[in-house]
Amino acid sequence: MTAMATDSETSVTRTGARSPNSWGLGDGQAIPWEYAPAPEAREIVTLKERYGLFIGGRDVAASDGSTFVSVDPSTEQPLAEVARATPADIDKAVRAARRAQRRAWGPLPGKERAKYLFRIARILQERSREFAVLESMDSGKPIKESRDVDVPLAAAHFWYYAGWADKLDYAFPGRVARPLGVAAQIIPWNFPLLMLAWKIAPALAAGNAVVLKPASTTPLSALLFADVCRQADLPPGVVNIVPGPGEVGMSLVMHPDVDKVAFTGSTEIGKKIQRGVAGTDKALTLELGGKAANIVFDDAPLDQAVEGIVNGIYFNQGEVCCAGSRLLAQESIVEPLIEKLKDRLSTIRVGDPLDKNTDVGAINSKSQLEKISELVQSGVDEGAEMYQPACDLPERGYFFRPTLFTNVAQSHRIAREEIFGPVLSVLTFRTPDEAVEKANNTAYGLSAGIWTEKGSRILNMASRMRAGVVWANTFNRFDPTAPFGGYKESGFGREGGMHGLHAYVRLEDR
Amino acid sequence: MATRRPAGSAGRSGASRAVARRAQAAADGAAPARIAVRKTYKLFVGGAFPRSESGRSYLVSAADGSPLANASRASRKDLRDAVRAARKAFPGWSGRTAMNRGQVLYRVAELLEGRREQFVAEVAAAEGVRDAAARAAVDRSIDRWVWYAGWADKIGQVLGSSNPVAAPYFNFTIPEPTGVVGIVAPETSSLLGLVSRLAPPLVAGNAVVVLASETRPLPAVTLGEVLATSDVPGGVVNLLTGYRSELVPVLAGHADVDALDTWGVPDPMRTDIELLAADDVKRVLRRPTTVSESRFDWLDDRAAERPEWIAAFLEMKTVWHPIGV
Repeated sequence: MTAMATDSETSVTRTGARSPNSWGLGDGQAIPWEYAPAPEAREIVTLKERYGLFIGGRDVAASDGSTFVSVDPSTEQPLAEVARATPADIDKAVRAARRAQRRAWGPLPGKERAKYLFRIARILQERSREFAVLESMDSGKPIKESRDVDVPLAAAHFWYYAGWADKLDYAFPGRVARPLGVAAQIIPWNFPLLMLAWKIAPALAAGNAVVLKPASTTPLSALLFADVCRQADLPPGVVNIVPGPGEVGMSLVMHPDVDKVAFTGSTEIGKKIQRGVAGTDKALTLELGGKAANIVFDDAPLDQAVEGIVNGIYFNQGEVCCAGSRLLAQESIVEPLIEKLKDRLSTIRVGDPLDKNTDVGAINSKSQLEKISELVQSGVDEGAEMYQPACDLPERGYFFRPTLFTNVAQSHRIAREEIFGPVLSVLTFRTPDEAVEKANNTAYGLSAGIWTEKGSRILNMASRMRAGVVWANTFNRFDPTAPFGGYKESGFGREGGMHGLHAYVRLEDR
Repeated sequence: MATRRPAGSAGRSGASRAVARRAQAAADGAAPARIAVRKTYKLFVGGAFPRSESGRSYLVSAADGSPLANASRASRKDLRDAVRAARKAFPGWSGRTAMNRGQVLYRVAELLEGRREQFVAEVAAAEGVRDAAARAAVDRSIDRWVWYAGWADKIGQVLGSSNPVAAPYFNFTIPEPTGVVGIVAPETSSLLGLVSRLAPPLVAGNAVVVLASETRPLPAVTLGEVLATSDVPGGVVNLLTGYRSELVPVLAGHADVDALDTWGVPDPMRTDIELLAADDVKRVLRRPTTVSESRFDWLDDRAAERPEWIAAFLEMKTVWHPIGV
């Protein structure tokens, strides 16, 4: 806690030390106010020293006793020791899931499954503060995001799919929807609890049992979720959680008794997984990387667009698969837009994830920080112009300044590769056709943004975007009722909405 | 609470027997009898529990003929007040997000679950059924709220559409709630039938005025107490007790009622009511003439849980928007 307070003090000093000019304010205008530290209390979270695997409703050690450590990325301090699943544990978990699906969950009427899912949603709502704090501690994301986005959306997901559990006939008219069986689910570290909800809620609603592998840097909210399952009296084995690194996920994917694989993560690993299920009957959905274009036309409301651009790329430190990492600005407005953006960047508060005023928290891991740094260096080396607001970063922890690149060419690595960090590359265009061309000039196709006051143009552009989600005059909006997923190498299958159910059912004739 | 009490906890016959027993005990030298505090069954209008402005009530009897309580006998004025309360509550309720409405309906189920025993006693007394049957009706009532709660954010997905018109337009159709819905609740099934009629227009976002069963109104009034404490905004549900012959024509003829569920309208009144409804083109959801009011099986989910009953109180709105540069 002491280290935390120091970090916050540091950030206060740097804010106060800035001159009015550097804020883009004219003479006579006051220097913006300083923020006192507003740390969220950690006491609500009771961390165990050691977490086991969650298999068959029980907390068990790994078969070989091995563990790994989950670290608080904002302090580099260990949070807890977590059991690392072995292939033998994976086998045990899949068996437990199979048994639970056959004997308890599959035969349970949809109405009763619904009630369990409603319970889970309610418990997540009741324990929302605890989950938010833990999520920010383990992942480095700002508390205001975990509190206002991750946790409420996770609860909403369970809520939404709870209602589907007894209404599958209406989602697939004329067909009978049967569960697939056992679903192997692998989730990333950027939205640990939310991705868990996206995976588990539809799977359970449709009558499947799951074995879920959380990311090795963020296993704790999933393990706390195990406690929610217990509190809800969910039949043992319906949800199993097996933390560990990538190999653990791969052995889960390769397990012969898995009926369905759902993966969210990088395109590189997604391809490995797709190869892994080749030649089997395993169903597969992939939600992979992205390099979204955020297209701003000259008639766009600029201030609103600036907020959307900032939210699009600096939300969750830019560690978002659908982040608006490429800004496509119409040439006539590039200058005022960049000026406004730089202004806005200087007000972004980077620091303690648990401070309620923090906008950008810690990068999730050391290796991710290194990856971001390497790509940013490539941007400089390839000739793009870098801008970073003058802000001090906490001395410890994995932090990175919000970064803006101008003069970016389409061939630059920072315009092509997914950085997964708070780094925005600005490109320009003249005509709508050119915007479409550039926006679609990527192997990815997860999301896109369009900023213009003209409705007909929004719809025209939206229809031409090769992307699964298109935001118009907004960005990074999520809702359990709205399907989400990618085109091209951003993956296939949709999560959320009625379409999200499709990934977890086998349709039979009536 | 005794599980086998013929007239239920609210029952006066049961209570008076208990009084007699205790009076005897007092005469025998035991502690003096405690006199039960009886509930006044009132109307539920605009989130409050008024008596009828007319000052009238009528005696409600159990199935075995023993008196249960006096229920308020609502007047035309009470009905008009209820419609006004519903109209006032409609914008707020229909403006809630679908998910929020779903949570509110689920909350009704949560509170009903907590009052299970009370409702079992009231339904048993009102309908003259054994506890097991009453329990089945109450349990199913709770589950029915949950079922409909889940529809809140799905009905638009199932009924709405994007329409591939043969021109450069983005064309979509979305459902919106109709407005104020009058419900003539089933006469026989005092709670489960009522819940099954009430939940569909409610989850769609309408405000409702319900005429409870005339002969078995007490569970409806107690349901009002649940609704009043379960995040349903005041005025969204208004419950009236009274005489069908007096109230149904006023409801059907009221120009600020947009739609009517006539399930509980007695067969002889039916045509006249529908004629009245035609005066301002009310949407009417009718019980098919082939279906018997008293014999309909509300426990049968396949028959009694129907998204089309939600759809009956939705208007479809189609929006055209050009696509172009």
